Amino acid sequence: MQHTLRQVFRSGKFVVGFTILMTILLIVLIYPWVVRHPPLQIIGQGTFFPPGIYVNVYDAINAPMLYTLNLEDAVTNRIENKLRQEDRIAMKEWLVAFGVPEDEIDIDNTEKLLALWEANYDPNLRLQGMTFARQRYFQRVNAAVDGLLSTEPAIIAAPNSETGTLEQKAMIRQTDYANVNEVANVRVLPLGTDNFGRDVLTQLVAATVVSLVIGLVAGLIATTIGLTLGLLAGYIGGVVDDVLMFFTNLFTVIPTFVLLILISFSIGQDKRGAITIAIVIGFTSWVWTARAVRSQVLSLRNRDHVNLSKLSGHSVPRIILTDILPYIASYVVMAFILQVSSGILAEAGLSILGLGPRTTETPTLGLMMNWAMIYQAHVLGKWWAYLPVLVTIALVSFSMNLMNTGLDQVFNPALRD
Amino acid sequence: MKGYIRYFLNKLGWFAITFVFAFILNFTLPRLMPGDPVAAIVARQAQGISNPTGVQAIYQQYTELFGTDRPIVEQFFIYVRNVFRGDFGFSFSQYPRTVAEVIGASIGWTLILQFPAIIVGWILGNVLGAMAAYLRGGFDRVLMPSALFLSSFPAFGMAVILLVIFAVYLKWFPTSGGYGYTLIPSLTPTFLWSAFIHYQLPFWSIVLIAIGGQAIGMRSMSIYELNADYVKFARFMGIKDSKIVAYVFRNAMLPQVTGLALSIGTMVGGALIAEIVFSYPGLGTTLLNGVMGQDYPLISAATLIITIMVLTANFILEILYGIIDPRIKAAQSEG
Repeated sequence: MQHTLRQVFRSGKFVVGFTILMTILLIVLIYPWVVRHPPLQIIGQGTFFPPGIYVNVYDAINAPMLYTLNLEDAVTNRIENKLRQEDRIAMKEWLVAFGVPEDEIDIDNTEKLLALWEANYDPNLRLQGMTFARQRYFQRVNAAVDGLLSTEPAIIAAPNSETGTLEQKAMIRQTDYANVNEVANVRVLPLGTDNFGRDVLTQLVAATVVSLVIGLVAGLIATTIGLTLGLLAGYIGGVVDDVLMFFTNLFTVIPTFVLLILISFSIGQDKRGAITIAIVIGFTSWVWTARAVRSQVLSLRNRDHVNLSKLSGHSVPRIILTDILPYIASYVVMAFILQVSSGILAEAGLSILGLGPRTTETPTLGLMMNWAMIYQAHVLGKWWAYLPVLVTIALVSFSMNLMNTGLDQVFNPALRD
Repeated sequence: MKGYIRYFLNKLGWFAITFVFAFILNFTLPRLMPGDPVAAIVARQAQGISNPTGVQAIYQQYTELFGTDRPIVEQFFIYVRNVFRGDFGFSFSQYPRTVAEVIGASIGWTLILQFPAIIVGWILGNVLGAMAAYLRGGFDRVLMPSALFLSSFPAFGMAVILLVIFAVYLKWFPTSGGYGYTLIPSLTPTFLWSAFIHYQLPFWSIVLIAIGGQAIGMRSMSIYELNADYVKFARFMGIKDSKIVAYVFRNAMLPQVTGLALSIGTMVGGALIAEIVFSYPGLGTTLLNGVMGQDYPLISAATLIITIMVLTANFILEILYGIIDPRIKAAQSEG
């Protein structure tokens, strides 16, 4: 046993796969201890907030201390933020269309450009051949550049409760800075929010755990059924073998996917929990294990050591346990790993069809994918809603396949490089 | 020749048994669903009708239409009779279209998309796998991990990635549908071109996924064969390398044909999901609509058609296998 393990861990492929899987496991186990937000809590009002650090503006203004920093590039950054290169080019285009000579416009000189813009732009003017959408775009640009070059501080005012007039409470100068650590409310959303306004990363971690559990349960069930049937069919033979093989052959050709759809649909939305789905997947994917175990047992059962055991009067369960199982153990482990990874993929496929676990309690990788697809995250370019999910699915499945290939090379010397 | 006929009849019998079994499963499973689908339709149709007898009448009418008030055994025989007439009843969610109409409109798209894609993927995968086994070295070292990564990727994932890269960012191809939404299916060049453009991304996402698994299988088989005794013997005999390689790959191909027969069900399943990502007007999308609309006649018919497609593909492959594998001829003529 120890020798086998040492051999297995000497296989590069296995080690790489194992490391990836363990890293993922470690992350999903530690993360909930650090970030204790419920994964399905709706925090964002609106869909698909981009990844980033969200600082509460109210708290930032009311920070205990505002610091003055004189940074040279502050003004440039501020202008750049409001007036990107494409806006400058668009402004030039408008001005040229309006009739300003082209050589008078220098889009890199912000001050001159804005002066020209303010002198000429009229939001109500409709230039010939300009679409309505384009006209609206220029109105937005105009609103953004309004007051861009002013150095006046922003004033915070509040209505007086008695007279109702606005009274100045504070002034925010352009050189005022708040330290993020001193702001009361800051939420880091490394992967933004999804279509329902939920923290994607927290959800992804919870979903990975659920999906791994689904894969594990499905794999355990499928391997147990497959192993039992394979052993029975292979060792006992005769009528048992015929009957079992009849069903095995039947389920080999009837597409598993179709069975999964029919069963999940029949269970109905209300009763479909994550574990139910896992059980259904397990019960529909034992066929391969059964076939392979049977053929291995067939070749084992007439070996000398098995015959010796029979002659010694050992019982059938004992022969199976001590003389047959150890020989097929490596194969069963490999089959199990594959079952787990295909279980995770099967759940994802079902969820995309709308037949996954019911959606209110726990997220799964498939459900997250389903939500992202329904809300067109991929078409809208909201990569954080679907790409991390895909990468997680691919990494989990890739690491398991890699482990499997590594094991295969250890136990099948013919395949070694 | 007699051997082939026996082999053929054997496979045909097996095909028939599986078909009957799949048919029964297909009928029973969706009908175990809790809740009354007719009630759901009536609720949708009767919105705004405050007259209870009116609602009752609508309910009656639908129950008779779909036959859901009869005992389940009788429903089964009605179903068998209807299916053989090509009559799958009315679609619940797209009433008054019949299920046959809905399926008929989508099955062609799926057939044209999936089978060529799976075959192309299978051929490319086998060629690459064989090359990896023969050339080894750098080619193998690059191909193997990428093939492994491709094959661990779910088909819908590949579909999403191709869609985002080529349709959303590069805008080379459209994001969804089977043809431009302004067009009506016809045999005009405009329509065919549009259909061709829409075909590319779904097609290649299925091909890429198929390549991965096939390349790995073919590589293992080829390495196994290349190390076999007959190859060593042939080398000692001084037979030309190209000739040996031809033998090796012919032998390695045979299990790959069986492999394709056995994995075609899984591949079709994955490809159906890929269709959904592209809203391709095939059976996958139809199935999704059926699930969304709690439409059991539609789901039942769609899964039946998919099963028949897979079983038939399987059967054809088995027959092909019987023709190309000399061992089958030998085994059958002995007996």
